[in-house]
Amino acid sequence: MNPGSATAIFLDAFLINNFVLAMFLGICPFLGVSGKVKTAGNMGMAVTFVMIVSSLCAFGINKLLVRYDLEFLRLICFIAVIASAVQLVEMTIKKFSPALFRALGIFLPLITTNCAILGLALFQTAREYSLVQSIAFSLGAGAGFSLALLLMAGLREKLDLADLPGVARGAALTLILAGILSLAFMGFAGLGG
Amino acid sequence: MRDAKLDTLEMPPQPSALRLIATLGGIAVMSGLLVVSTYQLTKLRIAENRRVALERAVFGVLPGAVSRESYRVDDSGVVQTEDNANLFAGYDESGQLIGYALEGAARGYQDVVRILYGYDPAAEKIIGMTVLQSTETPGLGDKIIRDARFHENFRALDVSRPVEVVKEGEKTEPWQIDGISGATVSSKAVGQAIQSGAPHREQLRKHLRLDPTDPSERGAAP
Amino acid sequence: MSQPEAITLQTFTQGLWKENPVFVMMLGLCPVLAVTNTAMNSLAMGVATTFVLVCSGFLVSLLRHVIPKQVRIASYIIIIATFVTMADYLIQAISLEVYQALGAFIQLIVVNCIILGRAEAYASKNGPLKAVINGAGMGIGFTFALLCLGVVREVLGSGSLFGVQVMPDAFQPWSIFVLPPGAFFVLAFWLMLFAWFAERKRKGAQTA
Repeated sequence: MNPGSATAIFLDAFLINNFVLAMFLGICPFLGVSGKVKTAGNMGMAVTFVMIVSSLCAFGINKLLVRYDLEFLRLICFIAVIASAVQLVEMTIKKFSPALFRALGIFLPLITTNCAILGLALFQTAREYSLVQSIAFSLGAGAGFSLALLLMAGLREKLDLADLPGVARGAALTLILAGILSLAFMGFAGLGG
Repeated sequence: MRDAKLDTLEMPPQPSALRLIATLGGIAVMSGLLVVSTYQLTKLRIAENRRVALERAVFGVLPGAVSRESYRVDDSGVVQTEDNANLFAGYDESGQLIGYALEGAARGYQDVVRILYGYDPAAEKIIGMTVLQSTETPGLGDKIIRDARFHENFRALDVSRPVEVVKEGEKTEPWQIDGISGATVSSKAVGQAIQSGAPHREQLRKHLRLDPTDPSERGAAP
Repeated sequence: MSQPEAITLQTFTQGLWKENPVFVMMLGLCPVLAVTNTAMNSLAMGVATTFVLVCSGFLVSLLRHVIPKQVRIASYIIIIATFVTMADYLIQAISLEVYQALGAFIQLIVVNCIILGRAEAYASKNGPLKAVINGAGMGIGFTFALLCLGVVREVLGSGSLFGVQVMPDAFQPWSIFVLPPGAFFVLAFWLMLFAWFAERKRKGAQTA
């Protein structure tokens, strides 16, 4: 498969180099909001949504910065744009779809400091993706993040009642699960070749 | 975090809006000054570092080269330029041309593998190869970076016809690459990265007036 | 913490152990997992983060009476992003190799919750000197945690430490440790070890 094609980029971000399990982006919400399948689903949706919006914004901003030779302001601009994009998304959803807002509401502000969003913007710039490639990348990253979050939430719900030694409870258990999931995802490597 | 956001969003601001804007503007100016001064201070050093890294790679794939010239090659032809260069000519101490270094990339096992290879346009041979970037599996795929036997393939690899990656120890023809067992996908990626550069090599040969379709000129080149 | 306190040893040591950002507060885990495949990368990341923590702590604390409450988060983020950009260029100037190994993760220091958390919870309420000392303590605690992972992963995963071979030649490296799953396992192992120590200490205190 051609490494630059939209499908290859989507698969790459979704499975092969999963944002959470292989690139370690968005670990905080991954560990924090993966207690229940339902919340995990909503969080995944919110993140995917913001990813697409901020990926588009970052693409435009970067074109502008490169044009005027202001690349050294990239980071500051990206973080400001993402923060405002999140606010904008929040307000838009609130106005047009109160139901969706109730489902996603509390997660949106948390997303500003989610490194998966900024990471997406930085990686797509570093790899010099075109607009179509950027969209495929953000879709794949969002889907990958949601998948990892849902898998983790499902596992944790099952393990809630398991009898474990005290020291392994809580964060350590979640991390071991993440490690096993990450191991499983390594099996997707070679998919694009 | 959440409370802080709500404060800024929904509570009526006590200080005047002007004061808020002035503060943010002041901070932005200060941050701009800091960033620009660091950028200016480090600019030369960074450019120097990049040059050293590039030359080390270029001279690494062109044995004996000590100086270089930068070009850009694309589908329309070859131009001499310093920015966005993707083709480097390497010369030895007496100013004799050794060959050209080109970049290539292909999808590996984990991620894209980027390589730089030395090319002798007259003989249509690869004369050296180095991996610029790879995240192949440590212990298996990353053998393409250092494995001496694998690199032996790129001392004189014939690229006048499509290169082929074969199983370890089965190389019989000069256009074949002896793969690494246990790193098949990664070895193939290197082969593909070289193969994908064929149009650029063609452009280079055209630029050098080494017309590939004219057999009489083939032998005439130095 | 709002009333002026004397600068004590505790100001510094707080971040080292009792409130270690990684092992106790579980903050800033992205870089902890992502760049600790070698000890050198861990050290570089730790130093860069400490630099940003100290500098942004100093500036936020200096400006703490000037910045109105309503725009403080925005101001902090701009200040932090400034220092991260500076760190980014400085690392490129010092060593391109380290820069390429850390990749985009240097710029991702911006969203490391430790830094914004420190700016909000400590630097905005304390004097510049205290903020700097506390930031340095937190930074060193963070570096320590990164090294804990980096050393284990490099020794077991590549058989070397800071690039120098430490394991005998016969040692077959456990590549899994430099791969992503290894990061999760090693961090889980350290957390369990610390939890076990804490439990033993608690039990010891009860019987004494």
